Amino acid sequence: MALDTAEAQKVIVENLEKKAKSKSKFYLKDFYSFFPEEKPRTVKKIVNDMVAQGILEYWSSGSTTMIGLKGTGKQAGAEGED
Amino acid sequence: MAKHETPLLDQLESGPWPSFVSDIKQEAATRAKNAKGLDYQMPSDVCDDLLGILELSYKDGTTHWKHGGIVGVFGYGGGIIGRYCDKPKDFPGVAAFHTVRVAQPGGKYYTTAFLNQLMDIWDLRGSGLTNMHGSTGDIILLGTTTPQLEEIFYQLTHEMGQDLGGSGSNLRTPADCIGSSRCEYACFDTQELCYFLTMTYQDELHRPAFPYKFKFKFDGCPNGCVCSIARSDLSFIGTWKDQIQVNQAEVKAYIDGKTVDNGGAFKGRDWGKFDIQKEVIDLCPTGCMALVKGELKINDKECTRCMHCINVMPKALKPGKDKGVSILCGAKAPIVDGAQMGTLIRPFISIDQTLNKQLSDFEDEDEWMEYLAEKYEAITEFIELVWDYWMEEGKNRERLGELMMRQGLQKFLEKVEVEPMAVHVQHPRTNPYIFWKEDEVEGGWGRDIEDYRKAHSR
Repeated sequence: MALDTAEAQKVIVENLEKKAKSKSKFYLKDFYSFFPEEKPRTVKKIVNDMVAQGILEYWSSGSTTMIGLKGTGKQAGAEGED
Repeated sequence: MAKHETPLLDQLESGPWPSFVSDIKQEAATRAKNAKGLDYQMPSDVCDDLLGILELSYKDGTTHWKHGGIVGVFGYGGGIIGRYCDKPKDFPGVAAFHTVRVAQPGGKYYTTAFLNQLMDIWDLRGSGLTNMHGSTGDIILLGTTTPQLEEIFYQLTHEMGQDLGGSGSNLRTPADCIGSSRCEYACFDTQELCYFLTMTYQDELHRPAFPYKFKFKFDGCPNGCVCSIARSDLSFIGTWKDQIQVNQAEVKAYIDGKTVDNGGAFKGRDWGKFDIQKEVIDLCPTGCMALVKGELKINDKECTRCMHCINVMPKALKPGKDKGVSILCGAKAPIVDGAQMGTLIRPFISIDQTLNKQLSDFEDEDEWMEYLAEKYEAITEFIELVWDYWMEEGKNRERLGELMMRQGLQKFLEKVEVEPMAVHVQHPRTNPYIFWKEDEVEGGWGRDIEDYRKAHSR
């Protein structure tokens, strides 16, 4: 069955909020584990759409990309990017 | 007078080589003078502060750049890398010093107008410093601030028709050699394939899709001018399946000294008379050549495409006519497991040389892309099998080559649907055990227990 986008977004936000105390940034692969039945490509599309919608944001070291809920973590405030 | 004293950096200028320190000082002086009267959008002392913080790093023996950032342009998850220094009060000009990666043109062909336009944007909105080119091949614009990012992106895309490149866990900007545009050795149109894959995989290029970085590179022939075999997760190298084309009259012209060998590349010094035996035949790595009664004979079955004979006598020898690409997988630089060269997985994918229509032959680019999708279908099918496997099985920050090492070539071949063949074998087996799979054994693992009990009591 095709993944319902709204439902998937809810699952992602809930999972990230649950882990927010210990972690603010996640690898793309971490998102796959929220939907073990789904193809990585499907999950990737939903995650990237959530960034475009402003729910999530990317963090990049240049070599690796991580993804977190927009505004979480210290960097946005520290660098005046919030 | 310089804003910061930089005795350690000054020493770097004393050697015989061109110095990046001199370049930065030159740009600092240019910006201080501002002869064009530009309304700089970066602090005008950005280059002075860059020298200052670098001097401090040499003094302290540690970096003063923080790691990464959240900045980017809307809709893209790559192409911009946030950089901040940890001494913003002492070096305000580089408090934010973001990097912009711009996709380089195919074959790195530039016009002066393009470079001037690029620098007009960058002088105004950035530090004026560039790195031409980064290790992956992009144009690297070094140092700008967050408010300038969307402005730069708009001007690049709308005024120059130029896109950002890849960074982070994305497909990185594909890079190619000049290919058949100027090189007679090219066995496929590198720029066409590079452009087609770049356009086909826009989503993977601009938004994170993978466990880590992923690189395509295209060498038109086994000379490997782009060095794709060492620099890319998927390396495409032009090759041929039939015989090297030999023109015996031209071979004789080389032997007689009527044609200069190596295309004249070594004629600056007297190396003596050209000796085909010593300079070509004896240097063939597989010993597959011989001069028989004045004619050059090649046992093509043994040729490993080293290109030496063709490079030495380009008028006499040419790659064969049945052309295509070899695909090698898993090259990478040393981080985990050390550096790796690519492993040859697909020895030959034929590219139909008669399918040579250009963009101008079509109504629009979409039609051309459809044509190319058909032409390169075998290649895109293979790419997607590789990606599916790596996306499923790759660990975070694990390159394709590391996954291949971890799970083994056999597993990789299964996943990318390639039958094992002799070229995949590097050396005789060192493991004496053979592990059969159920589908490889007649009757499988199942057995009728009643049948078994007839001959074996409990």
